[in-house]
Amino acid sequence: MENTIEATGLTLSYGDTRALDGVDLSAPAGSVLGVLGPNGAGKTTAVRVLATLLRPDAGSARIHGHDVVREPAAVRGLIGLTGQYASVDEDLTGRQNLVMIGRLLGCSRPEAHARATELLAQFSLTDAGGRSAKTYSGGMRRRLDLAASLVNRPRVLFLDEPTTGLDPRSRNEVWDTVRGLVDDGTTVLLTTQYLEEADELADDIVVFDTGRVVARGTSDELKHRTGAQTLTVRPRDRADQPVVLAVLEQVSGVVPSTDARGTSSVPVSSEELLGAVLDRLTAQGVAVSELAVRLPSLDDVFFALTGHATDSEPTPTPEGSLA
Amino acid sequence: MTTLTAPPAAAPRPATRPAPGSSALQQSLTLAWRNVVKIRHQPEALMDVSLQPIIFTVLFVFVFGGAIAGDWHDYLTYLVPGILVQTLMFATGGIGVALNNDISKGVFDRFRSLPIARSAPLVGAVFADVVRYVTSIVVLLAFVLALGFRTTEGVPAALLASLVGIGFAMCLSWVFVWIGLTVRSAGAVQGIGFLAMFPLTFGSTALVSADTLPGWLQAFTRNNPVTHLIDTIRGLMLGGPVAEPLAWTAGWAALLLVVFVPLAMRAYKRRV
Repeated sequence: MENTIEATGLTLSYGDTRALDGVDLSAPAGSVLGVLGPNGAGKTTAVRVLATLLRPDAGSARIHGHDVVREPAAVRGLIGLTGQYASVDEDLTGRQNLVMIGRLLGCSRPEAHARATELLAQFSLTDAGGRSAKTYSGGMRRRLDLAASLVNRPRVLFLDEPTTGLDPRSRNEVWDTVRGLVDDGTTVLLTTQYLEEADELADDIVVFDTGRVVARGTSDELKHRTGAQTLTVRPRDRADQPVVLAVLEQVSGVVPSTDARGTSSVPVSSEELLGAVLDRLTAQGVAVSELAVRLPSLDDVFFALTGHATDSEPTPTPEGSLA
Repeated sequence: MTTLTAPPAAAPRPATRPAPGSSALQQSLTLAWRNVVKIRHQPEALMDVSLQPIIFTVLFVFVFGGAIAGDWHDYLTYLVPGILVQTLMFATGGIGVALNNDISKGVFDRFRSLPIARSAPLVGAVFADVVRYVTSIVVLLAFVLALGFRTTEGVPAALLASLVGIGFAMCLSWVFVWIGLTVRSAGAVQGIGFLAMFPLTFGSTALVSADTLPGWLQAFTRNNPVTHLIDTIRGLMLGGPVAEPLAWTAGWAALLLVVFVPLAMRAYKRRV
């Protein structure tokens, strides 16, 4: 079956800058594709091409089989877009924003109001619906923006950094909403700078760097690809620590390190050593309270793939309080 | 002669999403409603069009009226059509500033990702400005009626005169739609608007008869579209030839649309 989102060889330059340099993307129906990368990697440009806002210089993209350049109207009928900067009309109330979009899509006035009521409730904005959007907190504004992109019940949703600048609680609300939409069969393309976000939501991840896809796969596959897993052991009794260290060194050939809690760790190439370590510790009568192979974080992955770290994003700054 | 010049027909809709009754016209009206709601939330947006007719009238009638016409009351009669057009012309500039602000805020990204006519946000903005034009005309006429101005041709003719003025303003506003979409900052849009409006409105028959001007300036003034519009309105309000200046006005309006609607649409597609 054809993928819902399918792009091949997308290329787009702004003057001398190659924002996209031969990007391939695909997402099957009902999946979440995470596009991960630092600022300026081309994520937003890719979304704008897929959402028919920009024409690619070369390459093609199809949404549900409709070409974004040749059949933009058909594509626009299928998609919802939530931009990086909440594109709600600040001078209108929350309800007016939603009604306006319903009316633009051809709903009658009562239909548009009914849909607005439904979405305001879904996004916990019922009480704020009558206030002008400029009085909203960052989280509320983002929720309204998300609601606005759902008025036409899109089958494909583009979320461009949907949680940038949100406090953790608002971020979790956005995540829950996205999961709910995916459960209902919506296909989602999500760009993010937060590795944790891609890990939480995405079925497949593509990693962008300077307009190219530098890696793709599931979160686990990407972590495997970069190797360097860590085997950790914590004995129930601190007195067994020397035995643990000896076993780890025998198995891995590397001198283990130990943290303050008594957890010893060594880098390993595969999980298979786990069994060997457990066997030897059991044979020597050491009880273990923790034994694991930990995959690297996506931060480690990004560094390993691109040779440079992600933008040192500060932790999300809470924007106002949630009403 | 106004914006009924066909926004491009709504593109074919995918079968999955029937949108009964959503035409380019309805979309434009919805977006016009949006702009009117913004005015309601922010009535000070109408301050310029409310104060300008009063300030211009007071300035010209009482400062220059005695010197120009010998008697301010006679001059008032001559001047009202000119002030009406002058304030309309200045009111058209606002659209460029508003569009420029809208685009920098990202609301237009949403519109452009919706299955609606590309032209709808622009046509909607042009429609919405009718509120500004009507405000400026109502304020002006109320003020000059209080000062003793009377139309000689009856109320229907005066209403028709106002409609002609509004229609022309809607065509002229496409120039500012284009400028607003082309120029980078809202401040620059305003500057360009004023630069263009001063010679056009003052170099017309708004304030004085063309006969009093030096020859080279007469050549400009007699061919200035603003002169044709003022002469039409003066004819409708105070008597005098209407057909010829009206034909010229309609011609200029059509020319403005033919040139600037495509330019504005092209700038809109390119922008962002």
